[in-house]
Amino acid sequence: MTTIEDPAAPIQIPVRDEATIARGERIRLLVRSPGFIFGAILVGFWVFCALFGALIAPQDPQADDILNKLGAPSGDHFFGTDRLGRDVFSRVLVGAREILITAPLATLLATVVGTAIGLVTGYYRGLVDDITMRIVDAMLSVPVIIIAFLAIVARGASRLTIILVIGFVFSMIIAKTVRAAVLSERELDYVQAARLRNERSPYIMFAEILPNVMGPIVVEFTVRLGYAIFTIATLAFLGFGADPSIPDWGRDIEQHYTFISAGVWWTVLFPSLAIATLIIGINLIADALAQTFER
Amino acid sequence: MSATEPAIQLEDLEVVYRVRGIDRPVLRGLSITVEQGESYGLVGESGCGKTTAAFTIMRYLPRNGRVVSGSIRVDGKDLLAMSEAEVRRLRASTVSMVYQNPGAALNPAIRVGDQIAEVFRLMGHDRGESLDRAQEILRKVQISDPAGGMRRYPHQLSGGGQQRVVIAMALASDPTLLILDEPTTGLDATVEAEVLDLVAALRQEFGTSVLFISHNLAVIRKMCERVGVLYAGRLVEEGEAETVFTEPRHPYTVGLLRCIPRGGLRKDRDRLDTIPGYLPQLGAHLPGCVFADRCGLVKEICRTDEPALHPLGNGHSSRCHFHDKAAEVPYTASSIPPADGGVRRNGQSLVRLDHASKTFSHDGSKVRALVDVDLSIGAGETLGLVGESGCGKTTLARVLLGLTAPDDGSTVELDGEPLARRVVTRKTEQVRALQTVFQNPDSALNRRFSVRRIIGRALTKLVGLRGDRREQRLREIASSVRFDEQLLSARPVQLSGGLKQRVAIGRAFAGDPRVVVCDEPTSALDVSVQAAILNLLADLQAKEGVTYLFISHDLGVVRYLADRIAVLYLGRLMELGPAEAVFNPPHHPYTEALLSAVPTLEGEERPRIRLEGEIPSAADPPSGCVFHTRCPRYLGAICKEHEPPLAEVERGHFIRCHIPVDELRRIQAEPPPPRVRRQPAESNTTT
Repeated sequence: MTTIEDPAAPIQIPVRDEATIARGERIRLLVRSPGFIFGAILVGFWVFCALFGALIAPQDPQADDILNKLGAPSGDHFFGTDRLGRDVFSRVLVGAREILITAPLATLLATVVGTAIGLVTGYYRGLVDDITMRIVDAMLSVPVIIIAFLAIVARGASRLTIILVIGFVFSMIIAKTVRAAVLSERELDYVQAARLRNERSPYIMFAEILPNVMGPIVVEFTVRLGYAIFTIATLAFLGFGADPSIPDWGRDIEQHYTFISAGVWWTVLFPSLAIATLIIGINLIADALAQTFER
Repeated sequence: MSATEPAIQLEDLEVVYRVRGIDRPVLRGLSITVEQGESYGLVGESGCGKTTAAFTIMRYLPRNGRVVSGSIRVDGKDLLAMSEAEVRRLRASTVSMVYQNPGAALNPAIRVGDQIAEVFRLMGHDRGESLDRAQEILRKVQISDPAGGMRRYPHQLSGGGQQRVVIAMALASDPTLLILDEPTTGLDATVEAEVLDLVAALRQEFGTSVLFISHNLAVIRKMCERVGVLYAGRLVEEGEAETVFTEPRHPYTVGLLRCIPRGGLRKDRDRLDTIPGYLPQLGAHLPGCVFADRCGLVKEICRTDEPALHPLGNGHSSRCHFHDKAAEVPYTASSIPPADGGVRRNGQSLVRLDHASKTFSHDGSKVRALVDVDLSIGAGETLGLVGESGCGKTTLARVLLGLTAPDDGSTVELDGEPLARRVVTRKTEQVRALQTVFQNPDSALNRRFSVRRIIGRALTKLVGLRGDRREQRLREIASSVRFDEQLLSARPVQLSGGLKQRVAIGRAFAGDPRVVVCDEPTSALDVSVQAAILNLLADLQAKEGVTYLFISHDLGVVRYLADRIAVLYLGRLMELGPAEAVFNPPHHPYTEALLSAVPTLEGEERPRIRLEGEIPSAADPPSGCVFHTRCPRYLGAICKEHEPPLAEVERGHFIRCHIPVDELRRIQAEPPPPRVRRQPAESNTTT
C-alpha cells in the first residue's frame, strides 16, 4: 500500500485486483466443470478429425470395393463397409471436416449479423425496433428447413448457399438475444455519459455497449453452433448437402437408412453417433459457458 | 422462555467465510447481549459484518459461512445446538427478520393478504381465521384501507407500504425478537419516519426486543437504547446510545460522527473530517487493534496487542488502548475551508429554466413530471434540489442536460442563450459547459473500460486533446480529484465506491464545465467516503468556480453544500430560497414536514409533523394546491380549489402556499397540531 502525499484526503491503494481474479476464477470454474471438460474432449476429437482425418484414416474413404459391400464391422473395417464397400470408419473420421467448415462459418455469419441487428434495434428502440422485430418474428415463424429448401432450390445446393441460409435464419434468433441484453444495458448511466460528450450512436453501440454484452453473445454462438450442425446434417440427409464427392455424415445416413430393415445398422449408426457426440459436446460447452457468465 | 434470560446473547462469536479455499474471519469474537424488551442498535460501515451477525442469529449463513467458535443463545436456548427443525420452529415463533429490500422479500405473484395469512395457517389456524388475523395485523401496521390492501399485489404498494407488509408478516408470529436489517434504507425520509414511528409504536404494544442494524447513526440514535459499533467484525464500542453519540470513546466512532454533515455545518466555514484509508480486506490478519491502520492515535502497541473492551462505567465500553484520548483524535482534514478562487458568485444568472415542463405519456395517460418550473442558477452558486422520490428532481436535471427533451414552450438558457432541447443538437461548447455526476458509479462507468479510457475519452471528445497532452491533462485531473495516477489503468471493478465516484467526478470536470449536475452523488457511499467526496466537491468549486445543481434526498448534505435550495413536489416548485431561510421557519408546510421527518444525531425532538398517505400520482394530481391531500397545515376549500402562486415572501425567498407568511411564521413557531387522520375520500392517493 502506498499513500498519496496529501494530508487532506489520504488515499491508499487497495490491494485488490478483482477483475483479474474474476477472469482467472471464470477460467478455473470452466476448467473444473466436468461438463466442460467432457464437451471439450468430444469437440476436440472431432476438430482433430476435421483437420487430420485424411491422414489418420486407415483407408481411403472414397475407395469402393464392390466385392465387399455392406460388410459387418470386422478387424479390417472397424465400422463395417457401406453399399459401395467403402470403409465406414474412415468416412466417419473424414466426414467431420465438411460439417465443421460449414456450421462454424454459418454460425459466425449469424452472430455478426445478429449482433449488429440486435444492437441497432435495442439501442434505437421505437419504430426501427418495431419494424425490424416484426420482420424477425415473421421469419422465425417459418421452419428453418423450409426456408433452406426454398433457397437451395432457387440457388442450387452449394456450401455457400447453405452457409448463407443458415447464417441468415440464425441471425434473427441471435438478434433477439442481443437486443434483450442491449435493452437493459442502454439504461445504464454510462450511455447517458457518452451522450453528454457528443459521442455518435455507432460509437456508443459498438464501442461502449458491445463489450458489455459479449457474454450472452459467446453463449449464443455456442448454442447456435450446435443447432447449425443439426440443421446442416438434416439438410444433407434430405439430399440438400453440398458437393456429393465429399464424405458427409448426413448424406451417408440418407443413403443407407433403407438398409436398416435388412439388418445393416452400422452404416447408419456410426455417422449418427458422430453427429450426436459433436452436438452433445458443443451443448455441454455452451451450458458451462452460460453458467460461468451468469455468476 | 424465562423472562430473565436475555433475548439474544452472543458470546465470543467467530464466523468465517471460506473464499478460494481459505477461511476468512468476518466476525471476530463478537459478544453482544440484547435484553428482553430492549432495542439494540448495531452500526458500522458496509462490510463490517452487521448483516453477517443477523444471518448468524437466524442461522441463515451462506453455504461458505461457518461459526468457528462462540455461542448464540436466544431466550436462553443454545441456537447452535439446535436441529434444523428446531431452528425452523424458532424462526416461526420466536425470531423474525425484516430485510433491507421489501420488494425482494415479498412474493410478487401472491396477494398481500394471502401472504400474511400463510404465516397464520402455518401456525395451525384455518383459512378464514388466518385471513381475519392478516387483516387485523395490516390494520396494526397502519396500512390505509386494510381490507383493500389484502387484495393487492406487492407491486401495487409503494416502498413504504411494502415494508409495512413485511413488518406485518414478521410480527404475525408474535415474535419475542425482531431483527431489522437496514429497514428504511432506500425509502424517502418521510416514509422512513413513518416506518420508524411504526416500529417504535409496535415495540411499545408488543414489548418485542429489537436488534436494529443500520449504517445510519441518526436512525439508530432515535430507535435504540443501546448501541454497538462494529468495525471489521469486532465490536469496538458499546454503550447507551446517547452516551456513545455524545461522548464517543473509540477513535472510529469519533471519526464516523465527524464525517456527518450535521445541522449548521457549511461548506464555506467548516470542512468535514474523513477517516483515511480503507476497511481491512475480508479476512485480513489483524494481530493488534482492527482499526490501527486508519487511526490517528495509533502507537506501536496498537499494531501488536489487541485492546480489551475497557469498561468505562454505566455499560459504556471501548476497545481502545487510548480510550481516554479518543476525543482528541487529530482531524485529518485541515479545518481551514477551501480557499476562495475569486471566481465566486457575481449574482449573474448562468443557467435559467423558464416555464420548464415535461409530460411523459405512460400507458395512454399523461404524466406531468415537471410543471412550469422557473429557476435560475447563478455562476459559482450551488442550488440544492430536494423532494421525495418521484417529485421530478431527476427529470429537471435531465432537461437541463438535454437528455430529456422538455415540452414545447419550455426554455433552457445558458448565458442568456437558449439551448437546444436535446444534447445531440447542442454546440460542443454548450455540451462541455453542462456535465453531470451520476448517483451510482457502477452504472455510470463503463465496466469494460479503464479509468484512463473513461476520462481520456471525455478529454478527446470535449477538449480535443490527444497523445501526450491528453495524458498530461489526465494526470492533472486525477490529481485534482485525488485519484492515484497509478490506478489509471484499473477498471472500475477494481476500485472502491469512493474511488469510482472520484473517477466519475474527474470525467465530469474533464471538459472544464461551468455547471455540474450532481444527482445524489453520495447516496451509495458510506459516511466516511461521503465526507471525502463532499470536501472534494467543495474544493473543486472553490478552485474552478463551477456551478452545482446538487440533488439529494439527504437534507444534511444539501444544507452543507447548497447556497440556495429548491423544493419540488409533484413536479412543481413549492419553495425556493437561500439555504438557511428554507431550513428555518417560515417555510412551506411540505418543507416543514420533510425537515421534521429526518432523525438527528443530537437526538433533539423537533416538532414532529408526519405526512399522511403516499405521494399522489403525477398522472392524476390533486386539484388546487397539489400538496393539499397531505398537508399538515391544510386551510380549507381554498387549498382544494385554487393553486397558490409562488410568492416572494422575503427577498429571494419564494413559497407556494395560501397561508400568509406571517401566519406560517407564527404557527411554525408553535408545537405542531395533533395528528388528525383525514377521511380517505379526501386523500387522492395512488392505488
